[in-house]
Amino acid sequence: MDILRFITAGSVDDGKSTLIGRLLYDSKSILIDQLRSIEKASNKANGEIDLALLTDGLRAEREQGITIDVAYKYFSTPRRKFIIADAPGHIQYTRNMVTGASNSDLIIILIDARHGVVEQTRRHSIIASLLDVAHVVVAVNKMDLVNYDETVFDIIVNDYKEVAASLGLNEVTYIPIAAITGDNITEHSTKLDWYNGEPLLAFLEQVNIKRSTENNKARLYVQYVIRPQAPGYHDYRGYAGRITGGSLHVGDHVISLPSGISTTISAIESGGNAIDEAHTGQSITIQLADDIDISRGDVIVKKSDLQPIVSQDLEALLCWMDTRPLLPGNRYLLQLNSLTVPAIVKHIGYKVDVNTIDKTHNPATAELNDIVSVTLKTASPVPYDKYTVLHTGGGAILIDETSYATVAAAILQ
Amino acid sequence: MSNKRIDHLDLLESEAIYILREVAGQFEKPALLFSGGKDSIVLVHLALKAFRPGKFPFPLVHIDTGHNFQEALDYRDELVAAIGEKLIVRKVEDTIVAKNLTEPRGKFASRNALQTYTLLDTINEFRFDACIGGARRDEEKARAKERVFSIRDEFGQWNPKLQRPELWNNYNGKIHKGENVRVFPISNWTELDVWNYIKREGIKLPSIYFSHERDVIEYDQQLVALSPFIRLDKEDVVFKCKVRYRTVGDMTCTAAIASEAFSIDDIIEEIISSNTSERGETRIDDKVSEAAMEDRKKNGYF
Repeated sequence: MDILRFITAGSVDDGKSTLIGRLLYDSKSILIDQLRSIEKASNKANGEIDLALLTDGLRAEREQGITIDVAYKYFSTPRRKFIIADAPGHIQYTRNMVTGASNSDLIIILIDARHGVVEQTRRHSIIASLLDVAHVVVAVNKMDLVNYDETVFDIIVNDYKEVAASLGLNEVTYIPIAAITGDNITEHSTKLDWYNGEPLLAFLEQVNIKRSTENNKARLYVQYVIRPQAPGYHDYRGYAGRITGGSLHVGDHVISLPSGISTTISAIESGGNAIDEAHTGQSITIQLADDIDISRGDVIVKKSDLQPIVSQDLEALLCWMDTRPLLPGNRYLLQLNSLTVPAIVKHIGYKVDVNTIDKTHNPATAELNDIVSVTLKTASPVPYDKYTVLHTGGGAILIDETSYATVAAAILQ
Repeated sequence: MSNKRIDHLDLLESEAIYILREVAGQFEKPALLFSGGKDSIVLVHLALKAFRPGKFPFPLVHIDTGHNFQEALDYRDELVAAIGEKLIVRKVEDTIVAKNLTEPRGKFASRNALQTYTLLDTINEFRFDACIGGARRDEEKARAKERVFSIRDEFGQWNPKLQRPELWNNYNGKIHKGENVRVFPISNWTELDVWNYIKREGIKLPSIYFSHERDVIEYDQQLVALSPFIRLDKEDVVFKCKVRYRTVGDMTCTAAIASEAFSIDDIIEEIISSNTSERGETRIDDKVSEAAMEDRKKNGYF
């Protein structure tokens, strides 16, 4: 059993919360007391329960019938554990969607069958493409309201294919559903018998989420140096971190960046046990053959793998997340995994219109939810990867030095 | 990619260790809040994996309401002795006396709310800048919205509308003086993940998690253990029952469930076939209102 993380995009009107409620309900992840509590809160005249109430957890959300923030929901089938990032879809919540998408393997874009591809659909797809989400599922919802009509579905599929082609989205799967009635969620719907593909849940259970692009780029961002003050451990220095982009073996030649000093891995430990090799996603501790100066924020890289870029001049796409605008020349902290370094935004190259993907060159500022291309100058050299090469090596944040707020997602180019 | 299968428990474990190490790397004075419940026991186990052969870069802190299960206290002391780490205990009783607080009254007079005072005082006393806790997002709907690094102001308050976005593996723990961060390394675990992990790792638990015979009363369809901390009324009928605890909180606000589950396997079986949630079944304190947890969190609770 592995884990699939996905995000659902769509507004309340598209039935996004209903879809999530349906997935939880049909996978039996909703229990009686939770059901009773939403039954109590449902104000539906026909006595139906409002599945959307399962995801809207905060008082203000229930009162206003909106989703404010990213909520995380969990369910499992015998094949997979699923983590859903449920983010609101309106333009003023672009930052929440970017946040949810940053850790997602897959995005479900909901389209209301009655309305087809709309501006919002394009925006969600643009964000999916900027964040390089591996798989897109276009769920054409509310098929019950268009008499389960195949031609309606086909028109939407054709329209979306143009959007996908223009954005370079390659892995797209189209599924007609009716979340409210459960059609094509866990089982083939007899009302949609013209559809030959899998129902939504079956698709989510088997879709391949391994990224072949992330092989052979082993990196360990050092988080913490373990130095036991105990007899027998005087010379012990353990470099603790989580491996990304490949595998490390005892005996591997490695380079510490940004210093560029070479050495060899003498031991790898996982949870206190010595192991010979470690792979992407594992938190480990390594020891090195030579006594070199390595501290938090340094990156240990396998010598035979593709090397990260080491530079003080970085290009990045920023999604601006602060209410105060970005002004060129402002100082921030750039955080990339365990590495934090002061950085100045030198120049804003262009702004991306998230509804059309058109570029406006040389904007004076970036406002909340804007997506802009910038050049950054850092106080010291940063080892990083282009985001499209390795997400974990190129997904960073900017932190305001005075408020300490996280003000931007930085997709390194 | 290698052929070695890394399963979901490995991924959850590695993520939690990554978060614990971020705490160690980013904060001056962190602490691990230890309740004696299974989630905080799992946290200690993860910390051993994250930091051995070194010492923990934080003490364990227990906010003692005085209404604990003795089994949980015994377990705590044995665990601390076995791992050789520092334990700090602060008692709600002392806060009540020092601050002239009013003890709640009623049948199940719970010190759950007063706990927050002691916690905030303890944070101030030791100038803790980060407190690691075992809360999970699947427990409750307000918790589903919480970040892994949850920033609290000097009153310990949670502001759900002003949370920092958490992108990729970047956890921003920068804070101003007086603020602190609550850190939840097992946010993405479910109750079943926790039990499967306990089983896989062979983690020992306090005996009350397993079926045992106890004097109980039935109240509002829940079984509550007889203890000096609850008020017995005329209509209460005390009877013996085979029970176990699905969560371990105070004796006043945690209900038992009738159970014959003597082993971890029995428990996993029981949870899979159960049709009620962990907190729904056993927490008297969540039943106050639809937003009971959200309100407590806003005031500095976990």
